[in-house]
Amino acid sequence: MRHFLYTAAALATFATPVAAETIAITGGRVVVGDGSAPIEGGTVLIRDGKIVAAGTTVVIPSGARQIDATGKWVTPGVFAGFSRLGLAEVDAVNGTNDKSGGRSGFSAAIDVAPAIDPFRSPFAVNRSSGVTRAVVAPEAGDNIFAGQGAIADLGADSNPVTKARAFQFAEFGEEGAASAGGSRAGTHLHFRAMLREAQDYAAGRGTFDDDLLKAEDAKALLSVLRGETRLLIHVEGANDMLRLMELKRDFPTIKMVFVGVSEGWRVAHELAKAGIPVIASALNDLPATFEMLGATQSNVGRMKDAGVQVAIGMINDRDSHQLRYTTQYAGNIVSLQYVPGATGLTWDEAFAAISSVPADIMGVGDRLGSLKAGRAADVVLWDGDPLELSSAATTVIIDGIEQPLTNRQNRLRDRYARPTEGDLPKAYDR
Amino acid sequence: MAISNTLRSAYLVLPLALMACSNAEGPKTVSATPAVKPAEKAPVPFPSTYKAYPSVATAIRNVTIYDGEGGKIDNGVVFMTGGKISSVGGADTIIPAGVNVVDGKGKFVTPGIIDIHSHLGDYPTPSVEAHSDGNEATSPTTPEVWAEHSVWPQDPGFSRALANGGVTALQVLPGSANLMGGRSVVLKNVYARTVQGMKFPDAPYGMKMACGENPKRVYGSKGRMPSTRMGNIAVNRQTWIKAQEYKKRRDSGKEFTRDIGMETLAGVLDGDISIQNHCYRADEMALVLDMAKEFGYKVSTFHHAVESYKIADLLRDNGVCSAVWADWWGFKMEAYDAIPENAAILHNTGACVIIHSDDENQIQRLNQEAAKAQADGRRMGFNISDAEVIKWLTYNPAKALGISNKTGSLKAGKMADVVLWNGNPLSVYARPDKVWIDGALMFDASNPKIRPVSDFELGQPGEGDVK
Repeated sequence: MRHFLYTAAALATFATPVAAETIAITGGRVVVGDGSAPIEGGTVLIRDGKIVAAGTTVVIPSGARQIDATGKWVTPGVFAGFSRLGLAEVDAVNGTNDKSGGRSGFSAAIDVAPAIDPFRSPFAVNRSSGVTRAVVAPEAGDNIFAGQGAIADLGADSNPVTKARAFQFAEFGEEGAASAGGSRAGTHLHFRAMLREAQDYAAGRGTFDDDLLKAEDAKALLSVLRGETRLLIHVEGANDMLRLMELKRDFPTIKMVFVGVSEGWRVAHELAKAGIPVIASALNDLPATFEMLGATQSNVGRMKDAGVQVAIGMINDRDSHQLRYTTQYAGNIVSLQYVPGATGLTWDEAFAAISSVPADIMGVGDRLGSLKAGRAADVVLWDGDPLELSSAATTVIIDGIEQPLTNRQNRLRDRYARPTEGDLPKAYDR
Repeated sequence: MAISNTLRSAYLVLPLALMACSNAEGPKTVSATPAVKPAEKAPVPFPSTYKAYPSVATAIRNVTIYDGEGGKIDNGVVFMTGGKISSVGGADTIIPAGVNVVDGKGKFVTPGIIDIHSHLGDYPTPSVEAHSDGNEATSPTTPEVWAEHSVWPQDPGFSRALANGGVTALQVLPGSANLMGGRSVVLKNVYARTVQGMKFPDAPYGMKMACGENPKRVYGSKGRMPSTRMGNIAVNRQTWIKAQEYKKRRDSGKEFTRDIGMETLAGVLDGDISIQNHCYRADEMALVLDMAKEFGYKVSTFHHAVESYKIADLLRDNGVCSAVWADWWGFKMEAYDAIPENAAILHNTGACVIIHSDDENQIQRLNQEAAKAQADGRRMGFNISDAEVIKWLTYNPAKALGISNKTGSLKAGKMADVVLWNGNPLSVYARPDKVWIDGALMFDASNPKIRPVSDFELGQPGEGDVK
């Protein structure tokens, strides 16, 4: 894409930011994002798009641009643990909705990377709320395997994909059964059969005549089978998780991550023992389906207490537009500490669950998700506690580049702050 | 889950459209046979059987009070007895001897939260097709249906709205498939064996109307009118003309045949039933206001009014409330111009603001949604006090529902619908500590016995769990 294709207003929004520079952010309350306590009056040093250091003994090189963060919070950007960011502009307008490629005839081979459009307005809106990276998954069509998802950055540039084909996504439970012929029995059979076909393909025995998979699908699944690509599985119910853990025993090389996991607390010890990380919906507490009868907001805290690695994600919950809810959700999990009988997370744990933990679960924690040395410099300054409703991001840095915070919504806000028309129609007011 | 919620109500559940009869035109309204004379005023059917549960005289002291009408008292006292608010004041407020005293140190009191837009009961959880009772999507105008006849009183959602949201009253509405969706019902958020046992005594009825995408899509896709926005308005106007004729006939003193749909519409023209109008776009709201003038009725509230900020002055001048989300946007075309500052711009212009949910999850966090809207206002220079923001969740919805003389603020003589929060309710870290409805303690975070469990959840995993 070329910028000149866009209108002047869009140009202003998407103008190429200045190149990465050396930046020292000083005087703020620094949250590293790894679950450690905040550092008062810390310095964060950024060079060449990476974090050099964060702490109280950081030496600021001469020539560094200094940003005074006195009175502010300085954190890693929010890492949205599960999303459909960039796959839709308006969910209900089909032409703008690229979430599911399920009618393409392909399944596991589908790769969302080229469909992620950084010029769609959810990028700018969520960026200005401090979201800097997102796990982006396809939606399943008529196969339990939805295809390959990516990790994206929310930078105001034309290259949104940090890591393409970062994982394979599959549906189990009710949604999986629906696409596998109407029964969970079908889901398991499809799962095993498709993996066998992938092995046949590798061994040169694939015929692709009556097979469930096309050659491209088989290639993608082979990578899952070999443990080279993570398999994110949407599963909510306790029994479905137990049966999946049995499947994993038959396919020990597959790196499974469970997503959604509303009843995870019921099998928390089994999850911990199996070493399966989860990207959980934080606030599900209703029996929306019969596989979520046990849903409770204490789910995240209970799983964490049992030793499960838990990140927060937003599957099927406004997941293309409202990743800015992530901090609110984490704040709610903190609030449970003050509710008798409930289990929440500490503030430090909760912030880790929306920064370093999702990065770790996706296997990119050495590159993303915290303010530790060597990580991509995704840094956000906030005018208060970032999990509190009254707070907002005031500076957003992605890959060491300070980002514009304008978007369509604040343009409309400015036009209509005083709604009555003046000497000219509102259409002239910009 | 949220997207499916959106489909269900704001955006409309799709399977429902498929479920509807394809060709059956049928009569617009169901005609009841007995011919009646106007003098014989029929008793109100399905009357409320709700009775306040037993209460003990209780004083909350040493607490921060938001009274729901914009007032704030530090270190105050709320005293309730006999199910009513008895006194509200400062530290020197007299607390009679021998009453139950709750220490509110570090805590906050508000009136019970009121959600003016809910589908609890008519789209309950579990969200299975067999429970999908919110849209009678078989005709674009169904003023004859009543939401209360679809309410399943065992919806687990009522308990979550109480325990996590401090919700003490709610309006349950028909969905938005139809231009005229039917009567709403106002409920006390108290479980009962029957819907009559939940009905808010003597609350006026509302009628749901819907603008925009949903009616034209649902009926247009069946090859029926309306298939356009102009079709929406045309069908509405034709129907209002019939309602005017019905009202004239009814008032003529001559014998006439009852029609329960027309009774609802005539009730609107009489001013007894309020219009609760789903409408996203500013231009459509302005058209509806003119239509209301043409036929002599009043719109109480525009719901999902994401573009109200564009015509905040017009809404102020017409005395119409906007029931809005803090920040929903982008899920459908008519929600494309939604902005988080909607509520703040309305408030700053002097128009009435209500924060609503339309969602079984966000009904548990209306206080948080209001806090976000407040913060977005502050960042554009509109400083709206905490006490004013609480009004968006209490007094304003009560007023729009016609029950503000009974609930919605902490004033002596009103129903003792009260929430004690464990912190400032506009903080993400606050949760309800205790909730009283008509003075009866219906939720206590410290006592698992004072936590309702619906029949559906009995004997299921997680029964009686903190939720």
